[in-house]
Parts: sequence; C-alpha cells; structure tokens
Amino acid sequence: MSAMDQLKQIRFEAQAAIEAAASSAQLEQARVEHLGRKAELPNLLRGVASLPPAERGSVGKAANQLRKELEAALETRQSDLERAELDARLATDVVDVTLPASPVVPVGRLHLVTATRREVEDIFLGLGFRVAEGPEVEHAYYNFDGLNFNSSHPARLWTDTFYVSEDVLLRTHTSPMQVRAMELHAPPLYLIIPGRVYRRDSDATHTPQFHQVEGLAVDEDITLGDLNGTLTTFARAVFGDERKIRLRPHFFPFTEPSVEVDVSCFNCRDGFVRDGSRCPLCKGTTWIEILGAGMVDPNVFEYVREFGYDPDRYTGFAFGMGLERIAMLKHGVTDLRLFYDNDLRFLEQFG
Amino acid sequence: MKLPLIWLHDYCRPDVSASELASRLALTGTEVDRILHHGVSEADCFIVGRVLSAERHPDADRLSVCIVATGEGDTAQIVCGAPNVAAGQTVAVAQPGAVMPDGTKLGKAKLRGVESSGMILAEDELAIGSDHAGIMILDEDLVPGTPLAEVLPISTDVLELEITPNRPDCLSVYGVAREVHAATDAPLTAPPWQEDSGSAGRVPGFDARVEAGDLCPRFTLRLFEDVKIGPSPPWLKARLSAAGQRPISNVVDITNYVMLLTGQPMHAFDADTVAGGILTVRRAREGETLTTLDGVQRPLDPDVCLIEDAAGPTSIAGVMGGARSEVSESTTRVLMEAATWNGPNIQRTSTRLGLRTEASGRFEKQLSPEAAMEAQAIATKLMVELCGARVVEGTIDVLEPVGSAPFDEIELADRTVERILGVAIPREECAAILTRLGFETRDAGEGLNVRVPHWRRDDVAREADLVEEVARIWGLDRLPVTLPSRRDAVGRLDVAQQLRRRAEDVLTGCGLSEAIGWSFAAPSFPQRLGLADSDPRSRFVTLANPMSEDQSVLRTTLLVSLLDNVRTNRARGNHDVKLFECGTVYVRREATDAAAHSGPGASERDAAVAPSAQRDAVLPVESTHVAALLTGSLRPVSWREPQPPQADYFAVKGVLAALLDALRVPWEVQAASEPFLHPGRSARILIGGLDAGWLGELHPTIVGGWDIASAAGFELDWATVAQAAVHVPHYRDVTSFPAVRQDLAVVVSDDVTAEEVLDQLRSAGGKLLRKAEVFDVYRGEQVGEGRASLAIRLEFGADDRTLTDEEVGVRRAKIVSTLAERLGGELRG
Repeated sequence: MSAMDQLKQIRFEAQAAIEAAASSAQLEQARVEHLGRKAELPNLLRGVASLPPAERGSVGKAANQLRKELEAALETRQSDLERAELDARLATDVVDVTLPASPVVPVGRLHLVTATRREVEDIFLGLGFRVAEGPEVEHAYYNFDGLNFNSSHPARLWTDTFYVSEDVLLRTHTSPMQVRAMELHAPPLYLIIPGRVYRRDSDATHTPQFHQVEGLAVDEDITLGDLNGTLTTFARAVFGDERKIRLRPHFFPFTEPSVEVDVSCFNCRDGFVRDGSRCPLCKGTTWIEILGAGMVDPNVFEYVREFGYDPDRYTGFAFGMGLERIAMLKHGVTDLRLFYDNDLRFLEQFG
Repeated sequence: MKLPLIWLHDYCRPDVSASELASRLALTGTEVDRILHHGVSEADCFIVGRVLSAERHPDADRLSVCIVATGEGDTAQIVCGAPNVAAGQTVAVAQPGAVMPDGTKLGKAKLRGVESSGMILAEDELAIGSDHAGIMILDEDLVPGTPLAEVLPISTDVLELEITPNRPDCLSVYGVAREVHAATDAPLTAPPWQEDSGSAGRVPGFDARVEAGDLCPRFTLRLFEDVKIGPSPPWLKARLSAAGQRPISNVVDITNYVMLLTGQPMHAFDADTVAGGILTVRRAREGETLTTLDGVQRPLDPDVCLIEDAAGPTSIAGVMGGARSEVSESTTRVLMEAATWNGPNIQRTSTRLGLRTEASGRFEKQLSPEAAMEAQAIATKLMVELCGARVVEGTIDVLEPVGSAPFDEIELADRTVERILGVAIPREECAAILTRLGFETRDAGEGLNVRVPHWRRDDVAREADLVEEVARIWGLDRLPVTLPSRRDAVGRLDVAQQLRRRAEDVLTGCGLSEAIGWSFAAPSFPQRLGLADSDPRSRFVTLANPMSEDQSVLRTTLLVSLLDNVRTNRARGNHDVKLFECGTVYVRREATDAAAHSGPGASERDAAVAPSAQRDAVLPVESTHVAALLTGSLRPVSWREPQPPQADYFAVKGVLAALLDALRVPWEVQAASEPFLHPGRSARILIGGLDAGWLGELHPTIVGGWDIASAAGFELDWATVAQAAVHVPHYRDVTSFPAVRQDLAVVVSDDVTAEEVLDQLRSAGGKLLRKAEVFDVYRGEQVGEGRASLAIRLEFGADDRTLTDEEVGVRRAKIVSTLAERLGGELRG
C-alpha cells in the first residue's frame, strides 16, 4: 500500500471512530487510537524522512493536513458531546419549583408613627423647613405661660395634664418648642417639631401619650394666606392632589387668628360611599378635621422680643397636628391603642 | 350648649335650614357638634282641643270617656286615664296618625271596650316636662283645632354647640343669636333686657356687703313679694327641656331660663330665710367647712369665696347654693341674686372641690359686671308675669369700680388686616362686620377706631383680635392660597437626624421591626430588672397625677418597654420577635448635680444652652437610646432550614455590628455584666473608650418575670453613637497597590479573649497590618484541653507601594513572636 493510500485508510477509519464516539471517554479512546503516540498517523509522520525524496514532500504535507483535520474533528465532536452530556445532566436535575423559597431574613418595618413622621418631615423639608426636637418633660413656662395660656386655662388642670411638680409637667403639645426655638434662633425661622406629647386621656381615640408635629414659620411678611397655601400643599402631598382644605375659625391661646383645618374627604363622593351609605370617615360631612393652626399671637412674640422677635416687624404662622391621627386617617386604623401594643401583626403592615 | 332653634328664632331667624345654619356657624367659629331634634318629629295631628264632657268609663274607675272638640265643629271620643281631666279644659290632643316623640304612631283603639280616637296629652308625652301626674291644661283662650305647634314648642331642631373657652357670651341664646346675625346678616331683635321694670336704690330690710371685692366685682339683689310658687307654663318648660334643663318650679325655672338666655347665672333666695336680712360675700376661713346642696361636707380655704347671712355661710359663691335659704313651696318672698365673680377663682374652687355646675362653667370664663343687671331685668319681668310677684322698689348693687372702668378704643389699621391675612378687606366691610358683632366703629383715617362691647371685653383687646373677628365673618374660604416667600430658608435634616434615619433603616434591614413603647412604667421596674437603688436607672421621674399605678413613673431604660412588647407578642402567639426602639429615657437629676450630666453616656438635648438653662435645671435628663430585643428564631422555619438559629448573644452582636459599622462607628466590646443580663454572655459596648451601653443575653430569671424563656438585646446611648459616627468618610486608595492576605492559626488558652489576641496582633502588625479578623474557632483534642485555636485572616498593605514578601514576612514573624511572648500563643499547623 502506498503511503497515500495508507493516509486515505487512516482518514476513513479515524473519522468513523470519531463520529461513532458516544461519550467523552469513547472519544478519548478514539483520539489515543488514531492520534496517540503509538498510533498509525504519528508513526507515519515520523517515518516521512525515510521516504524517497520524491514522495517526502507530498506525503508529509498530506499527513500533516490529515492530523489537523482529525484534531479539528475531535474538538468539534468533543464540544458536541459535552453539550449533550450537560443537557442530559440538567434534564435530570429537576426541582419542585412550587416549593417555598429559601427565606432571606425578612426586613423589619418602621413603626407607622415613624413612617408618617418621615413623610411629614419630607414634605416640609421640601418647603424649606428644618426639623427640631425638644424635651418631653417640660417646664410649665414653656408649655403654658410662654404660649399665652392664662393662669386659669383648663388645660393646666391636673385632670388634663401630667405633672411632676408644680412647675414641671409632661408637655401636652409640641408647641413649647416654638418658644425655645425662638429663644435660640433669631428670625426668619422655618421649623417643624415632631415629638411625643402627653395628655390624661384614654379611649379608642385618645392615649395618654401620642405624637405631634408642630410647625412654625416667622418672617417679615408671613400671612394667613401663606398658612393656607402651606397646609394645602401638605394636605395634597399626604392625602392626594385633588384635596382641598378648609379653615374654620377656632380658639387657641397662642395664635390669633386661630383656625381648625379640615381636609376634603378622600374616602367618598359628596359624603356617600359606593354602596350608597354614609361615609364613615367624614360622617357624611365631606370634611375631616386634621389639625389646628393660626397666626402666632403677638403676646407670644412679646415673650421672646429680646431675642429679635418684634411683633411690629415679624408675623408668623404655627400649626400642630397629631401624627397618629394623620396615620389613622390615611391607613384606616380605627383604634389608637394599637399604636402602642407593638403587635408585629400590626407593625408589619406599615413602614 | 344646646340651642333650640325655636328659641333662637325669637331673636334672629335666618332663612336657612338647620344644617345650613350649622355649617355657616362652623365656618364662622361656632362649632356645631351635631343637630338634634327635640319633641315630636312631625307636628301634624297635634292640635288644641277642648273637653266638652268627661264621664267615668263604665268598666274602669280610673278611666274617663271624654268628648273633645277638635275644631270646626268636629268632636272626638277619647278615653283618658288622667285624674285631673274635666269638662271645660283646654288641652293638647294627639289625633290618630300622630307620631309620638318615642316614634310610636297613634291609631284608633278600644280601651276596655270603649272606642278612643286619640289621646289627651301630659307634658312628658311631648317631652315638654317630666310631669305625668296629669294632662297638661292650656290657656283657655286657645281655639280648638289650632295646630298645637303654633302655641307650644312641641317640635324643634336643636344645635349642640361646642363653645370655645374665650366665648362665654355664646353660652347663651341671645349671644348665639348675635353670632347668627353676624354670620348670616339676618336681622337681630333688640336685646330682651332692654326694658327693666325694676328700679335702683336701697331695698328696705335687706342689704349686702362684699368683703372680698377682688373675688366679686359685682353683687346685685332684687326683692320680690307675693310670690306664688308653682309649675311654669308649658312654653317655658318646653324651652328648658329642649335646652336640656329639667323644669322644677317657676322661680327656679326663671333663674335657669335667664341663664340660658343671657349667659348670666342667677340664684333665688327665700328672702324670709336670709338670717338678719344681710348677705355677706367673704373669703372662707382656714379650716372652715360647708355642707353643700348635694349633702357633702366640703373643706374650704381662704381662696374659696362664700356667701353668708347672719346665721353663717349659705353657699359657695358662683358654684353651688346651700339648702338653708333655698326656695321652697311655701316661699312668698324671693331675693333674686345676680353677681359677677372672679373667673380664675371660680375655676380654682370648682376644680378643688370637684364641683362643676352650669353656673360655675360660665362664671369661670369671666362674665362682665354689666351682664348681672341684664339678667335682673329679664328675671323681674318673668317674676311678675309668671309668679304673680311684685318687685319691691330698689336694687342692692355692690359694684367694684375696677370692673366697670370704661374700655379704650382699639385701632384697626387697614394695613394690619392685609399684613396678617394677606388680602385687603375694604374698611366699610370691616366696619359692617364688627357692627353686626356688637362693636362700635368710627372711621379714623388709616383704619377704624373700635370700641369693644362688654361681653367681649376679656377676649378682644388688641388689633390682632379684631383682625380675627373680621376674618372669620368675612370668610376664611376667601383667603389667598400662597406660600411664604422664604428668602432665607433652606430645609434640610442635620447630621444627627440623617444618622438616626440611617440607623432605623439599618435595623429594619436586619429584620427588626420598630416598636414605640410607653414612656410610662410601673415604679417596680428597677426591682424587676434587679437594678440597685444606687443605679442611675433607679432614679426615675415620678408623676404627681398618674392615670394608674402601672403608668406612674417614666422609664429610664428602653428595655422595660421592649420586654412588655415582646411579652404582648408572645401572648398573642408570636414567639419569634425582633424589635428595636429609638426613644427617650428620663433620669431624675440628683440634688447635687442640678445642671450636670447624670452619668457617663447620658446626654442632653441641644436646647440646654443659653436662655432656657435656668428653667431646664429642674428638668430631668432626657436621652435618646437605641435598643433591640430579640427572642425565638432569627429566621422563619423553612423546608431548607427546619431549625433556624435562635436569638443569642452573637445574633444580637451581629445586629449591633451591622448598625455601628453602617454608621462607621469604631467600637469594641468588653465582657461585663448587668444585673439583668446572663453573667457569662454579656458585655459593655465601648465607643472611643466611652461606655455606650450594654449587650447580651437576658438573665433567665429576669425575663421569666415577663414570661419569656430567653432573649438577647442591646441598648445604646444614641448621642455617644452619633458623636463617633464618621458622616463624611475620606477616600482611601484601593486600586494602586494590591493588599497581601494571609491566614494564621494560633492556639491560646481558653481564658484569652479574641479581642486580646487581636489587640496584640494589631500592635505587632503595625501600620502595615490593615485588617485582622477571626474567622474560625476550634476547640478539641487536636489543640488540647482548655485551649482554643483561632483562625485569623490578616491583610497587609501600604498606601504608597506594593509590599514585598520580605516586608510581610518580617511583620508576620513579629506577630507570631508577640503572640507567643504575651499570650503564650502557639502557631498551629
């Protein structure tokens, strides 16, 4: 058999073996058999030198070409086999996809009061207010006197307010920080003051402790119209862009004029809900009371005049709202006491 | 206060429905709680009738069969059970079809076999009074068939008003009528006290002496003779009933009627029981007592104002009368008192004695002295008309000059209105509004000069008050909607506030939910936590007037609230609880450190500087703490993890590490316990060498007190954390020179802590050792009894070059030798 015939024979056999290999192992066997050290083709290549010079060139070239050809065929076959083997392996690796997930540690929740406080803070931050806090155990001066409560105002009564001593009490509102803030900072002043407050009251809509956010803006030209606009912006941010607010005249010792502020009901249409019954949220009135407000009473400025608050030069507005009340309205919570049970089934619904 | 519209309409009758009126009042400053209906809902079928005949029922002794004229010649047969029914009486009749106040509809009926078409009415059946002893007998002039509603107020809407404390003038029908007039512009009739048939001057046989003039600006008395005590006429009873007052007798009803109409309470004395004919107003003496009408003996003090006669005290002024001089059925001479008392003093007295009456509720808001004579004028008219009385010439009138000083005018500048409201209101409009409210106005160049009427004297004293009066009637719905111009204001959270939000977010990210506990605690909490009396946390703040013993002091640690919250959750079936709180604790100052901090870690709010410092010295130290408490499984049970790890020391330390590392706070722990912690699984948290709080597993006995088997937690002083936090981290090169990482295993004695090993390692490693972390601990045969092998990962690096093997080798050798020398550590493997 001539060398060229021999090469033909090798190609035929090797290609058949490569194609026939059904696994990586068989393919490796084919490789050893046909391209391994002891195989025919390498032997032949090694023997090229001993061929007659006329054949040397053509046989050597053909043999080399065949080797490359077979190596390429092996590689192709190898990757085909690997893919098939992987497919087969994956095909048997089946899980019940409907089993529950591996739990990551579930995230906790902010308390609804904190979540609401942040929401309110962020609205007023955007309106140019800063945030301050103050002491909860407070001097009667800041809680009452400095806010123009006369000495016999019923809020001072021991039936309404928690006292530690004659002059020291648990603040009944966040308003004392109005006076403290004005003592510390000259106008203009744009502040909100979130915090815990206390009143001697306990039922489904009153707890002896709750949270308020106070607002105070003092500048040279603050008007009741500015309060109207500021609270409209606030109400829309919290309760929806279609909301309107309504100011009703009221009385607070530390504001004049004083108003109570209602927001238009977001739960009903004209006082009735979809099934035709009276709206339980606004009681059919289409308005919901959300906070108290007013223009800072000139008497309050008199208490801090020495710190730069000349009532002839500055005007201001102030407001105070209950955070729990905002949260209850917004989220439909019906019992205030839930806020302090800290039952996880409650906490995990919000925040 | 209850305002029957039918009564209001005597003085002002706006052409609007009750609900429209209510909303108009609400929008002008008089809050309406609700609209009630008093009496029958439909006045149809209620008429005036005349009893033509009344015969005894053939089968029932107590019943009468009456023939009643019902108008236009018609008659009806009505069976009546009242003992007083008789022919000739003019009566109130409900005909079949009438709906009674309780909702039942009247039909034809047979009573003991006799047909009855309707009912002759007693007072209580129309909710006019409580009398059910007999039928109501009407004025004989009335024509049968006249609708009853035309002659008696049997049906009226009633507004229940919420009157703010600055408006005692609105605790009266005429006062509200004035508001309605201002709010709706419906005409207002002249005040009912305009004509007074009484006269001034001395009253023979009687006198009054006011010894406590500061507590009694005015004291007036009028004497009535030939008084016939009896029931009031139905119209008066009906009004009182609709306004929520029970009719009693004509004289008492008159005092109540006058009070409801004018706001000025009155008191009627039986003149013949006033010993010595002289009434004295004085302060009570120390130790004096008085038995009030309700039969309670009350201890008094010199701040309580009394009225006494020659036989001693008869009443507590402005609050409650005494039994001795009360009007009775046999009274024929009445001394009618109308006085003005010092409001704050009345409030103090009524609070101290726990006695609140309709009268004290009005007096305490400070009535004007003028109102006293207004009340006398109306009472005089009614005493004559309803009791057949004769008013004796003269009025005893002791008037303190202070209260009657003429009041000044207030200027209301046009520009002030605009400056406060943000909109200009024409001067004429301001004047018209103020006039409707009873103010007198006069044009004054740049605005108005305004005189305040006596009933608003206490409430309106400044320009701002007038602006409010104008604005509320003008209409707050017409205000512009603007934002402050804010030339110099930037809203932002300060660093501490940003850090706090970050802290809360990290903790929720770690799977903890936020709790907000009670600031209140039971005084037993320090004992329950095993705290010594000398522990600052035993120095709680005690409330003088708590709502309950359980909430009578303030917490000094968040742990007590968290334990309560965990117990609540466990009691409700949730055994895996992970909570944190970021809240305030309150520690009473010691007498010796009035202004100083109460101890390490305690911090005060920033307001403690400057103006408030002196007042703050009496306040407790308030600090914000951050605390966490975990119990049960750290993760939910699942098919992949049927037994998840439980909350223990290391779990809680992981949460603490997440929190402090997130805030970039350098920290370490030191084994140390607290009375409420597991002695072997607890530590102090140190931040920059300062004690920042505790960390550990709770002592089983302590948590047992909260029905909890095991729990772990920490509590940090937030100010210490926030001060140490790196808010603006500085960039450190991480790409130019790669670090060299090596592991090291060292065997040390069990009593050497990981922190001690790392401390030695760091000092030996020098600046080039950037990081050293324990990543495995092994105890067992291979290292020998009482010893532990710590596997530590080391990271070397320099900012200006890549370290050579040689440099690292030198450091490592130093580390190994230091560990051997200082801690007896042996390299393993």
